[in-house]
Amino acid sequence: MKSVRLEQITKMFGKSRAVEDINIDIKSGEFFTFLGPSGCGKTTTLRMIAGFYFPTSGKIAFDNEDITTVKPNKRNIGMVFQNYALFPHMTVFENIAFGLQVRKLSKSVIREKVEKAQEFVRLVGYGDRKITELSGGQQQRVALARALVIEPDILLLDEPLSNLDAKLREETRVEIKRLQVELGITTVYVTHDQHEAMAMSDRIMVMSEGEVQQIGTPQEIYNKPDNHFVASFIGESNILEGTIKEVSDNHVTVDVGDGILLKGIRENSSPHVDIAEDKKVSLSIRPEIIEVGKGSNSIQGKIQLTEFSGVSINYLVKIGNHELNVMIINSGSNILERGDSITLSIPENSIYFMSEKG
Amino acid sequence: MTSEAIAPKKSIWAKITQSKYFVYVLISPLVLVLLAYVIYPMYKTFSQSVMDQEGALSFSNYINFFTTEANLESLRNSVFISVVSVITCAIVGVAMAFLLNRYEFPGRKFLSVLVLVPMALPPLIGAISFYFLYGETGIFPRFFQQIFNLEEVPFSLEGIWGIIMVHTFTMYTYFYLSASAAIKGLDLSLEEAATSLGSGRLRIWTKIILPMLTPAMVASSLLVFMISMASYTAPLMFGVQRTMTMQITLSRTNGNLDMSATQSTVLSIVSIAFLILMTWYQNRRNYQNQSKGTGVHRTEVRSPIVRYLAVLLSIIGVVVLMLPIMVIALISFAVDGSWTTQIIPAAYTIQHYVELFTDPDTWGPIWNSIQMSTVAVIGNIIFGVAAAYAMVRFNFKGKAFMDILIMVPWALPGTVVAVNMISAFSEPSAFAFNQVLVGTFWILPLAYFVRQLPLVFRNSQASLIQMDQSVEEAAQSLGATWWHSFRRVVLPIIMPGILAGTLLAFVQGLTEFVASILIYTPSTMPLSVGIWNKMYSFEFGTACAYGVLQTILIVIVLLVNEKIKGDNDTGAAF
Ligand SMILES: Nc1ncnc2c1ncn2[C@@H]1O[C@H](COP(=O)(O)OP(=O)(O)O)[C@@H](O)[C@H]1O
Ligand SMILES: [Mg+2]
Repeated sequence: MKSVRLEQITKMFGKSRAVEDINIDIKSGEFFTFLGPSGCGKTTTLRMIAGFYFPTSGKIAFDNEDITTVKPNKRNIGMVFQNYALFPHMTVFENIAFGLQVRKLSKSVIREKVEKAQEFVRLVGYGDRKITELSGGQQQRVALARALVIEPDILLLDEPLSNLDAKLREETRVEIKRLQVELGITTVYVTHDQHEAMAMSDRIMVMSEGEVQQIGTPQEIYNKPDNHFVASFIGESNILEGTIKEVSDNHVTVDVGDGILLKGIRENSSPHVDIAEDKKVSLSIRPEIIEVGKGSNSIQGKIQLTEFSGVSINYLVKIGNHELNVMIINSGSNILERGDSITLSIPENSIYFMSEKG
Repeated sequence: MTSEAIAPKKSIWAKITQSKYFVYVLISPLVLVLLAYVIYPMYKTFSQSVMDQEGALSFSNYINFFTTEANLESLRNSVFISVVSVITCAIVGVAMAFLLNRYEFPGRKFLSVLVLVPMALPPLIGAISFYFLYGETGIFPRFFQQIFNLEEVPFSLEGIWGIIMVHTFTMYTYFYLSASAAIKGLDLSLEEAATSLGSGRLRIWTKIILPMLTPAMVASSLLVFMISMASYTAPLMFGVQRTMTMQITLSRTNGNLDMSATQSTVLSIVSIAFLILMTWYQNRRNYQNQSKGTGVHRTEVRSPIVRYLAVLLSIIGVVVLMLPIMVIALISFAVDGSWTTQIIPAAYTIQHYVELFTDPDTWGPIWNSIQMSTVAVIGNIIFGVAAAYAMVRFNFKGKAFMDILIMVPWALPGTVVAVNMISAFSEPSAFAFNQVLVGTFWILPLAYFVRQLPLVFRNSQASLIQMDQSVEEAAQSLGATWWHSFRRVVLPIIMPGILAGTLLAFVQGLTEFVASILIYTPSTMPLSVGIWNKMYSFEFGTACAYGVLQTILIVIVLLVNEKIKGDNDTGAAF
């Protein structure tokens, strides 16, 4: 399994810039995900790793070997396309065997490997089927088998689940992760779905408008978002703006207006933020962390909106000029109504400081 | 393996393939072919038209053209015939489309198959059948002459109106097909919504139905106008010499090559202008997403009188549509020379069909056409597919221009293509390996190749556009070289499209008449010229047997293509 390194990769299409200055080190065997909204440059970056685009500037290396301008057929990658890109004129067997035939393996070896691959993706007995006779999920598994059977150094997947319905998506997601773990193959995965990314990845690169927003483990990305974009794109977050009132050794107190002071822990801050008195700062507070009742950072508010979703109860609470989303796990206790007063508390270690918006 | 050791080799290859100019290396063979066999011949004709006897630049030919009454009248006639043909084809085609798509009446199914029969008739055979049926010595005029005991035939199809009738019969299908597609795409709920909002019939027509039909009508009008301008067979059959195509050949036979070149150039300009207009119009309406159609609802014809009328009209329609084929079939059994003043021939034989395959003289033209058409089609496949691939897969400067250039031979009248070939290849040319091609076997396959390149190109292009590009990338990612993936993945997938285009090109070669008549050599006389010569020497039986053969071939190809299309539709369902 190979590692992948992208150094200062920029890609222009004509005059428009698709991605800019991407730097990543993907470790051997790692499940690495590009996450971001549509059009942010995920596919473009993936296709540069695959060799379908060459970067305008920068370097790509597999295991320290510069492959920036090597053609795709010389990279030994396995790629799964969004629409599967199966060969419509071939059977399941022929599709899976294609890469092996290109590698000029003997017929018996090909048969053996294809059968093993079919077993692996649970398509035994489907060898003679035409592609058109398969369901979407089965087609997806053929695409996976075809990419994996050549024993690629790196597996690339571009939104492989987006064409499946919700239930199949769940199933296939588990399947892909299982295969990846069993094979220990370096995997680069593209998705715009944060749940998918969180559930599967060792590390995630969050992208927006062609630029890297943050690289980190799912926990890091979720708990310690580097900026507004990451905080609001990954899960839900209450983002408050304020001015730092007081900085002590390990505490920071921020005035968020209306006389509300919130106290957090200094080390819960993004590396890009300047923690000093009178500086502007943004706070990210996850709705599920806010507690009902008295505690640290107690505040009073009025309920604007109540939403019952079964697992949880979501309140929109008005506090001064701010509105906070609060999520309470449903424990069978009474549900508050619009207009009711509520006391909330925010644990000190769950406030995350980011640089000001802009 | 260190990266330094292999880096230089890669970067040279990368430099070449990544270069902005690499794509021009790839498309250069195509450019060369278009240059050699489309542009250069056109240029030779053009340059002949703007040169005087001494070879100096001069517009005297054009002054001559625009001051000679015969030329002006021909131009007027050609335009008049084309405009009227557009109108008559539109009326017949659209009326048929509405009748067959929106109303249910006895015989509708049968009629809606037969309505496409004119497409199966080779152009020359269509014209000949009209001549046999409605011409001065034709079956109908004589029939009425005899039952009413008249001195002369009471009516007959001749002159410009004869041409227009033939055009209407052979070309209304363009309107019929596009109008049918548009009607099937009409969202009935729109109409129902309009009715429920209190709109009257007239309002629905002017506000909903007509605007939806307009794109199809405009495209078909341009097409029919262009084909009518290029029409040569019908004027020849009805002896109308004052049309542009006839004038071109007349000038040639009179030895006035400069005037012939001038007339060709004028006609080329008109045709290419229409091609550009059509391309522009089609690109403009691209955004219009034709809906798949929501199950056509047909109005049942209830009133008994209207019902009888509908049945009667259906029967007339069926008869009119079938008569041309029937008369050709009938006469193909007629003993040559047995049809003098009778309504229909007096004596019959199957000899003509036996001779087709046993008499070397009769078999000759068939075999010639097969050979020449095959040669042309092989060239078409190689360059048509390559051109389609380059145009679909690559972006390069001048692509839009190439797109039009490839279609130019399709827009050019066959007569003009022939004149261009003569201009370019009646002297040794570098593009013909320093040989003179006119008068050899090769000139006809070359003309067929040029005329049919657009057909194969368009069909291959359509399949390539439909083909998902990531399939090719998948092959590459699995380690396949470009050539391997082209051979094993792209080609098999687009094969149905290529095959459809190729088969059509092949039968068009077998039935080509207009260009052939100007450039054939007696030793390589093609089938259609054979038909014409037999007609000329009153061997109607053999001529019609040839015609039946051509028609059968066309029908087979149309059926095969229909099958290919059907298979392909279900194949691409996922
Ligand atoms: N082949 C291309 N030519 C021109 N622009 C492109 C091309 N591919 C992508 N782009 C542009 O680059 C940007 C990033 O696209 P892409 O990588 O496909 O985004 P994502 O996969 O994240 O949705 C978009 O603005 C897109 O329009
Ligand atoms: Mg994408």
